[in-house]
Amino acid sequence: MRYLPLTPTDRAEMLARIGVPDVDALFADVPAGKLLSDLIDLPKARGELEVERLMGRMAARTVPASSVPFFVGAGAYKHHVPATVDHLIQRSEFLTSYTPYQPEITQGTLQYLFEFQTQVANLTGMEVANASMYDGSTATGEAVLMAHRLTRRSKAVVSGGLHPQYRAVVETLSDMAGDTVAALAPDPRGTEDILAAIDKDTSCVVVQTPSFYGQLIDLAPIAEKAHAVGALVVAVFTEVVSLGLLEPPGARGADIVVGEGQSIGNALGFGGPYVGLMATRQKYVRQMPGRLCGETVDAENRRGFVLTLSTREQHIRRDKATSNICTNSGLCCLAFTIHMSLLGEAGLSRLALLNHEAAVKLADRLAAVPGVEVLNPAFFNEFTIRVPGDAAAVIERLAERGILGGLPVSRLEPGRGLDDLIVVAATEVNTEDDRQAYAETLRAVL
Amino acid sequence: MLNDQGRPTRPETFQAHTPWTFTGNRALRVEEPLLFEIGRAETTGVDLPEPEGVPPRLGAHRRTTPIDLPGLTEPEAMRHYVRLSRSNYSIDTGLYPLGSCTMKHNPRLNEKMARLPGFSDAHPLQPLSTVRGAVEVIAELGRWLCALTGMQAVAMSPKAGAHGELCGMMAIKAAIRARGEERNVVLVPESAHGTNPATAALIGMTVRDVPARADGTVDVEEVKRLLGPDVAAIMLTNPNTCGIFEPEVAAIAEAVHAAGAYFYADGANFNAIVGKVLPGDLGVDAMHINLHKTFSTPHGGGGPGAGPVVLSGRLAPFAPLPFVRMENGTPVLVETPAATRDGETPFGRMTAFHGQMGMFTRALAYMLSHGSDGMRQASEDAVLAANYVRAGLADLMTLPFPNHPSMHEVLFDDRFLKDTGVTTLDFAKAMIDEGYHPMTMYFPLVVHGAMLIEPTESESKASLDLFVATLRDLVMAAQRGDTARFTQAPRFAPRRRLDETRAARSPKLKWDRPAPIPPAVAAE
Repeated sequence: MRYLPLTPTDRAEMLARIGVPDVDALFADVPAGKLLSDLIDLPKARGELEVERLMGRMAARTVPASSVPFFVGAGAYKHHVPATVDHLIQRSEFLTSYTPYQPEITQGTLQYLFEFQTQVANLTGMEVANASMYDGSTATGEAVLMAHRLTRRSKAVVSGGLHPQYRAVVETLSDMAGDTVAALAPDPRGTEDILAAIDKDTSCVVVQTPSFYGQLIDLAPIAEKAHAVGALVVAVFTEVVSLGLLEPPGARGADIVVGEGQSIGNALGFGGPYVGLMATRQKYVRQMPGRLCGETVDAENRRGFVLTLSTREQHIRRDKATSNICTNSGLCCLAFTIHMSLLGEAGLSRLALLNHEAAVKLADRLAAVPGVEVLNPAFFNEFTIRVPGDAAAVIERLAERGILGGLPVSRLEPGRGLDDLIVVAATEVNTEDDRQAYAETLRAVL
Repeated sequence: MLNDQGRPTRPETFQAHTPWTFTGNRALRVEEPLLFEIGRAETTGVDLPEPEGVPPRLGAHRRTTPIDLPGLTEPEAMRHYVRLSRSNYSIDTGLYPLGSCTMKHNPRLNEKMARLPGFSDAHPLQPLSTVRGAVEVIAELGRWLCALTGMQAVAMSPKAGAHGELCGMMAIKAAIRARGEERNVVLVPESAHGTNPATAALIGMTVRDVPARADGTVDVEEVKRLLGPDVAAIMLTNPNTCGIFEPEVAAIAEAVHAAGAYFYADGANFNAIVGKVLPGDLGVDAMHINLHKTFSTPHGGGGPGAGPVVLSGRLAPFAPLPFVRMENGTPVLVETPAATRDGETPFGRMTAFHGQMGMFTRALAYMLSHGSDGMRQASEDAVLAANYVRAGLADLMTLPFPNHPSMHEVLFDDRFLKDTGVTTLDFAKAMIDEGYHPMTMYFPLVVHGAMLIEPTESESKASLDLFVATLRDLVMAAQRGDTARFTQAPRFAPRRRLDETRAARSPKLKWDRPAPIPPAVAAE
């Protein structure tokens, strides 16, 4: 086995030095009869070539997003990532480094975390950001718990435009912790009366903009009502590129901003690993979950960075910690921060505009297909269409013709009477030909 | 004083800052400013076409304020991040004996396999008919995890070890609820990871500490004393954080079950026993598996992790969404409560989508490479290496628990530094100057000045010999009174010791544009 450097001679010498007859003597504390004498019934070691063939065959049974006209979004987005990003994150010193517990020899990690925090805070219009969470959905769950701690209330009001799987994460956490969630019905057009749901028991209002259905939501009136009753606003986004073109949640009254950062620097990866973004106001930082990197100086007064405010964390506070999280998406936020550095403000703004234009053009093309209706008047790069009949069947027929045309809402929201809706995303990777192919094929399968 | 580039502006600090060179650089070690200090708002390193000027449909939501995000061109970005990388220690740089963190070789085949377009370029919500290969990976990895642990079912979606703990404990809570009972106490040994009590608290449980015996293990009689009708579960790490296999683990499981509670095993140290012991045989009901620790997916500066949870038959029905069900030999992904069948009562959902697919592919590549025989050998070699380091140091460094063999990691305490004026921290920092990443310090909390060393199976004998020799030299230097070597350390790292108190007292968590220097005003 090429990953194991010890030779049989080495092993014999080492056992002799330890003073035991065989390696099983070192497993002496295992209760009688529990030590396996045989190999587990699984295949034996294989060489590199064989593993490549095996996994290559498996991979070939999936249709990669880049190989077809592709319009699926709903929480994960197909973007082009510069080659530089993947090259840099594979630098050994980044890839195979651990959590920066020894700051003197992990300034590389710590500096990029500090840069990442600054980028996220600036993007969201907030004062501080942490060094990333697992993903957007778990960050949303943590934001709700954080709001409960800050307000000492335990009822979250959840907009019907929140991604159904994000809502499920929030509901699961709340159910287990004994808290309550008041979730509004799914709302493709953003016409729900969320203000009526906010009362004096509300700890936070969770609002996604652009919503799961693509609708742009104005946070300001929601924030006004929430703040009037002492509740917080948790603003959620699933498409971070939107912040290049849209007003930041921090400027519209959000108290905690969470979202998914996958779009910048990270692959679709069938759902993970992704990078959760979380930002808030300075006064709330001590209730924020996750890792934080802070600036300081070393013994020679040189600027340096360390993990800080660890008195919030589980390894110090145990059952009193702000969360049980003990990792972050280090390498994914490195990919994010590199891609974002390459884009810069000019590049991000342009990328966002290109995404929006692609969506507007697609919406117009699809709306021209007889029987198809675009539901959202204001959207970024994603919107919802209504098709005659069963949307899931339509998506399946499109897939058979080589078009991955979006997400049928019924896949995540079965039994809600939304069976004729499709959430469609467009990004800079879609060509004019892709859009034309989609519209023509949709016309053909309806 | 530092200027807006973080460079000193006064001669005295300049002297301290740059003892040898004008730049502060030291040949290959180059000081790198923050990207905010070198980038410009109008610069971009990405070629994008000109927008067409299509009328926007953004309502009144368009941004009117600048973001303040500087950009770098491609060569600037390349140099910036390559330079940053060079001030990092990594497993590819050298031995990383961080106990309980498990830094082993990360095979690059894993990286190559994870980047196959059928895995990396698949969307979690594209039609299921177009992602058969990706679902197959989830099913296949799950099959391996169940076989290696002797368990019935697996929840694949948790995103990290601590997230897996949460998943396992939620499954336990759901099972207790399904019995119509209320049990709100969780037994957690003192030596447990801080994530264990934090997890229990997150789901509204109360933690009852289990004291450690003088030999670092958990006493079954003590557990029995603490058990009662209010106890939901015990959370036990095995091998434990002292590097010892809990000798009474099977009896503890039996007692816990007899009291109507469940046995949650923290699987952080599973890498010590893969192919040697089946947790299912020990009576475990739920255990998370840190794929990054045991199956060599890279830690990447802190993550991403992946924490699938294996479940006993008693907990299997409660596994969260999504899960994979086999239908006529084909794996099918179940995503919503509406798609469940009788006997499938998922407690909820841990995350959007299906889990850390990128880690699944890496872990599976590792498992296929090693096979059942290789993984067993890896565990044995990890245990052998830890005990070899122990044998090489036991006469000089002090072992708090000399009566049990060490598993994959060996725990020392700081008694050997008594009266030397050198602390555990100083000792660790001196290791940096010798070219080593320090061991885990001050954990577990059950011994004073803990030093937990985990060499793993990927170190050669020569590498272990040099490591032992270096530690012996350091111990003797400390005892000889060569204190400055320790208290001044590190002297040769990219940074000397950093002021962590200052960082915590007045947290500076983002870069702020320095105020512009006011223009000179002419005297009247």
